[in-house]
Amino acid sequence: MHALDQIIPIMAATIRVAVPLVLAGIAGLFSERSGVVDVGLEGKMLAGAFAAAAIASITGSVWLGLLAAIATSAVLGVLHGFVCITQKGDQVVSGVAVNILISGLTMTLGLAWFAQGGQTPPLPPSARFSEVVLPLSGLIGQVPVLGPFYTQVLGGQNILVYPTFALVPLAWWVLGSTRFGLRIRAVGESPAAVDTAGVSVVRLRYAAVLIAGALCGIAGAYISTAQGAGFVRDMTGGRGFLALAALVLGKWRPWSTLAGCVLFAALDALAIRLQGVIVPGLGAVPVEFVQMLPYVMTIVLLAGFVGRAIPPRASGQPYVKDR
Amino acid sequence: MSGTALRLPWWADYILLPLLNLLLALLATGVVVVLTGENPLDAVTTMVNGAFGSGEGIGYTLYYATDMIFTGLAVAVAFHCGLFNIGAEGQAYVAGLGVALVCLYLDFLPFWMILPLAIAGGALFGAGYAAIPGWLQAKRGSHIVITTIMANFIAYSLMEFLLVNVLIKPGQMSPETRFFAPNAVLPKMDAMLGAIGIAVAQTPLNLSFVVALACIVLVWLLIWHTRWGYSLRVVGASPRAAVYAGIAPSGRIVQSMLLSGALAGGVALNEVMGAQGKLLINFPSGYGFTGIAVALMGRNHPLGVLIAAILFGALYQGGAELTFDMPAISPYLVVALQGLVILFTGGLATMLRPALARVLRVGPRGA
Repeated sequence: MHALDQIIPIMAATIRVAVPLVLAGIAGLFSERSGVVDVGLEGKMLAGAFAAAAIASITGSVWLGLLAAIATSAVLGVLHGFVCITQKGDQVVSGVAVNILISGLTMTLGLAWFAQGGQTPPLPPSARFSEVVLPLSGLIGQVPVLGPFYTQVLGGQNILVYPTFALVPLAWWVLGSTRFGLRIRAVGESPAAVDTAGVSVVRLRYAAVLIAGALCGIAGAYISTAQGAGFVRDMTGGRGFLALAALVLGKWRPWSTLAGCVLFAALDALAIRLQGVIVPGLGAVPVEFVQMLPYVMTIVLLAGFVGRAIPPRASGQPYVKDR
Repeated sequence: MSGTALRLPWWADYILLPLLNLLLALLATGVVVVLTGENPLDAVTTMVNGAFGSGEGIGYTLYYATDMIFTGLAVAVAFHCGLFNIGAEGQAYVAGLGVALVCLYLDFLPFWMILPLAIAGGALFGAGYAAIPGWLQAKRGSHIVITTIMANFIAYSLMEFLLVNVLIKPGQMSPETRFFAPNAVLPKMDAMLGAIGIAVAQTPLNLSFVVALACIVLVWLLIWHTRWGYSLRVVGASPRAAVYAGIAPSGRIVQSMLLSGALAGGVALNEVMGAQGKLLINFPSGYGFTGIAVALMGRNHPLGVLIAAILFGALYQGGAELTFDMPAISPYLVVALQGLVILFTGGLATMLRPALARVLRVGPRGA
């Protein structure tokens, strides 16, 4: 029973930590599968987090906050699209610009508007996404093993968690079986072919960056109004890059990206619990090494020592019509 | 019509267009200032006064500029070889370890021996850390953007581990080393100029500023006046042409990253051995990313990097000054401005070209 008492909270924490990673990972999946590299996931999430917390604290409505987050982040997605698709600028430069701009902008506006050291006012429980109690929790909760799993891992999560995990099969279906999804993938591999077939490369790519923006907005809202209770400086804390790593590790596929996100989330949940734990023979576990593991794994995979991660062929290249 | 197909006079391409892009970034920042409820023109006046209005202001401006010269050059050198080094931040951080090890454990030596050793230590550690993504790009085809991003996070964790567990001064809470011995700290500019009878305000500006200026000249000579520098630019312009010309791109890729990382190591010199006199957590504080803005604005030319670095140094110093006069504005405004500069002078660099061509009445190429 003792081991179970440890495992259930770790599983619950893993799911909580995984949500923004999955959202941002699928966001990156759509963008990069269409041939637009997105290193600006972090900035879009941060903008979403700020917008959600600011609007939720002003209006008291967590749903309006979510809408604001989606809108803000989608605008940034379109900006990224304008640079990369319309102006044919450098996609990585554009992503870096978004990250730095938002890191500064959220603090500048936060300090000026709320005068609380850059934070938004702490949100009351009514302006946050609260935990969902699943039906029959009282009854099933009595059952050993299954009970805590039902109430703490499956239940006890907020409302954003469920659609997030439903998003993965949805993305898999859209990208794998719908006309729109197949075109998105085609435009990331060979935009010239799509163009020849009479389908607009520009429209498809804008659709992809718009989807990416909206999903990052949800991820940001989750971080500031479900996990947290307000906006704090740089509160996304590198999750956008972690999602990017999961995307690379997942070789730009939905299910394996999900696996990468859950793996990183589990490492994170574990690292917190391992703080100060003494392993016999090894001494204290250096938490920093657990933290750097996702990044090391990504580099090793990219280096092709274990498997090979090959990005969509046209990624990073603006499409110029031949004349 | 794509912007690059137009031919503009050289001064339009190299001077007018970057200035117009910078103006756009400043205008957008002005909008942000309006959003905070302050007057943008007052903000500009305060910033210019704060940055250049006093000896102290100038000292701080040049002190910040020192970091940005190093990281700006680091990013620019990699750009010349066609590489986008987002990892200057992590490379500078790891270089801090090299500088600190020399200053901590070789402090029985006199200063004139420690100085070259510390420069070498920082350069070696920075270069070594940059070589990993460089080698992986050259030999394994791993995209340098992703690997340098990942390397930054690995550097954060690695240095945190070392500072918390190994290098920390015993008996204190904050993760930083002990102060270096006086003979292992770079002399401040006010002390150096004071020694020859020139009195200047006391600021963190130190000897590393001179090193940074020397690096500008060295990089300029290397990139534009040596065979090696030429081959580097050929690889950057067209790896396939380089192969035809008998230049091995993989070698140049690794070498340019080595040089890039070594230059990023200069931040450690200025911050660790200069301003702080100790190694502390997260000392590069984003200068590696500012280097991207500096390199883009300076069009990857050492002289451009110098000008852009001084401008950004002034923005940092002026931004810090703003907070005193206008409580609604924070130094983070400068971070937002950095992002806008990267956006307009980098991502949207050619947006105004067609319009500019129309104004200057230059036809399309060949017409």
